[in-house]
Amino acid sequence: MILLTIDWAYTIEKMVLIAIVISASLLIAMYATYAERKIAGVMQDRRGPNRAGPFGILQPLADGIKLFFKEEIIPNNSNRWLFVLGPCLAMLTAMMTSAIIPWGSTIEIGGRTISLQIADINIGILYIFGVVSMGVYGIMIGGWASNNKFSLMAALRGASQAISYELAMGLSLIALLMLTGSLSLKTIVEQQINGHFWNIVYQPLGFLIFFVCALAECNRAPFDLPEAESELNMGYHQEYSSMKLGFYLFAEYINMFISCAVIATLFFGGYDMPFVDESQLSGVTALLTGLVALFGKTFILIFVFMWIRWTLPRFRYDQLMNLGWKGLIPLALLNMVITGAVVLFTMKTP
Amino acid sequence: MGITQLLFWLLTVMTLGSALMVIFSKNPVHSILWLIVTFFSISGHYILLNAQFLAIVNIIVYAGAIMVLFLFVVMLMNLNESSSPVKNKWLRFAGVISGGSLLLVMVGALKDTESMQKEILMNTGNIGLINNLGTVLFKDYVLPFEISSVLFLSAMVGAVVIGKK
Repeated sequence: MILLTIDWAYTIEKMVLIAIVISASLLIAMYATYAERKIAGVMQDRRGPNRAGPFGILQPLADGIKLFFKEEIIPNNSNRWLFVLGPCLAMLTAMMTSAIIPWGSTIEIGGRTISLQIADINIGILYIFGVVSMGVYGIMIGGWASNNKFSLMAALRGASQAISYELAMGLSLIALLMLTGSLSLKTIVEQQINGHFWNIVYQPLGFLIFFVCALAECNRAPFDLPEAESELNMGYHQEYSSMKLGFYLFAEYINMFISCAVIATLFFGGYDMPFVDESQLSGVTALLTGLVALFGKTFILIFVFMWIRWTLPRFRYDQLMNLGWKGLIPLALLNMVITGAVVLFTMKTP
Repeated sequence: MGITQLLFWLLTVMTLGSALMVIFSKNPVHSILWLIVTFFSISGHYILLNAQFLAIVNIIVYAGAIMVLFLFVVMLMNLNESSSPVKNKWLRFAGVISGGSLLLVMVGALKDTESMQKEILMNTGNIGLINNLGTVLFKDYVLPFEISSVLFLSAMVGAVVIGKK
C-alpha cells in the first residue's frame, strides 16, 4: 500500500498507536484525580470520595460531566482568541511528550513487526525538552489573556519557575547522557535491560535533581506557586470556567503521568521487569510483562508525587528561586563534572 | 510531487505568512506569538533537511526560552495599541531605508554562496545529526567554538553586574 510515496499501512499503524496512547493517558489522568483525592483522604485521616459508585469509583466521571455542563464564561475585557488558545496549548503540550516513550518492545501482528513507540527519533530526550519548554506558553497566554492582575502574576511566576528548573533538569540529564552515549529513549532502555543495573544506580544524584525539577515543571506541590491559592486566589486559571478550567486541571495530571513515565524510562529501566529475562519469554507474555513493569513503576512514581504533595508545605517564592539557582544548578554541575571525570578515566570511548 | 516537496511548500507558506503577521499585527503579544510560529516552521525546514538536532535546539532555545523572555517583558510593560508611541515620519523613513539595505546585503551575500549553486538535497545527508555535528564542532572548529563560549560568559557577567546595581 504505497500511494504518494507514503506507506499507508505504516501510517495507519502509527495512527492506531497514537489513539491508544492518548486515550490511555486520558484514562490514567482521569483516575489520577481520583487516586489523588483518595490518597489525600488517607493522609488526612478522611474517607475521600465515596458517594458516586462503589468506593466512589465513578467520581472522576461525575466531575467531568459537571465541568462540561457548567456555564462557560469569557470575561468581557479578555483577549478572546488567546483566552481560548491558553488551555488548548496546555492540553496539546501535555499530550505531545508521550510520542517518544517506548511503551514496550516490538510485537508481531500479521507478519509486521510493530514497535510500541510512536517515534524513535535520534534526538529523543531533547524532544521532551522542546515540548516541556513549550508547556509554559499555555500558562502564560492564559494568564495574560484573562486580563486579571492575579492571573498575570501567577503566569509570570509560572514562566520564571519553569525556565529556572529547566536548566537544572537539562544539566542533570547531560550526566546521564554521558553514560548512555545516546539520546534515543529506546536505546537507553535497551542498555538498561542488557546491562547489569538500572541507571539510578549510576546516577542517584542525577535522579534526585531530575525528580525535584519534574515536580517543579508539573507545578506540583511544594512548587505549585503559579496557583498558590493563599496569595493569588486561584492563580493563572482564576477567570476560567467550565471545560476550559477542566483542560488546565487535566493537563496537570497528564503531565504528571508522562513525566513519571519518562523518569521510569530513564532511571528505572523502562519496560524491564526486574529479575526476569525478557528474551526467554514468548511474544505476548514478554509484551504483557513489559507493560506491567512500566506501568507499575509509573504508578509508584505517581504515588510518590502525591505523597509529597500532601506532606510538604508550599515553598515561598524566594525560597523556590534560591533552591533552583543556588541549590540544584551547582549540584547538577558538580554531578556532571564528576560523571565526566569517571567516564573519562574508567571507560573507553563508546 | 512527493511528500517532501508538499511539506516544503506548506512550511514555506507558513514561515512567510507568520513572519508577515509578526510585522502586521498591532498587538505586541500577538507579534510574539506569530514569531513563535515562524520559529516552528523554520524548525520544520531543518527537519526536512535531516538536521534534527538543529531543529530541536532552535525550538528549545529560541521558541522555548528567548521568546518566553520577550513575552515576559511585553506582558510586564503592558504594551497596548493605544500606548505605543507614534513615531515621526523621518524615523519611519530611516527605518525603511536601513531595513532595505540590510536585505540587499543579505541577498548579495547569499547569492554567490556554494549552497545556492547546488540543488539543495532534501531528506538526505547526515551532517545535521548530533554525532556528526559534535565531531565537527569539537574537532574542526574547536577554537571558534570556545571563543564564542567566552563571549557568552562575558555577556552573563555583564547581566549580573547590571542586575546588582
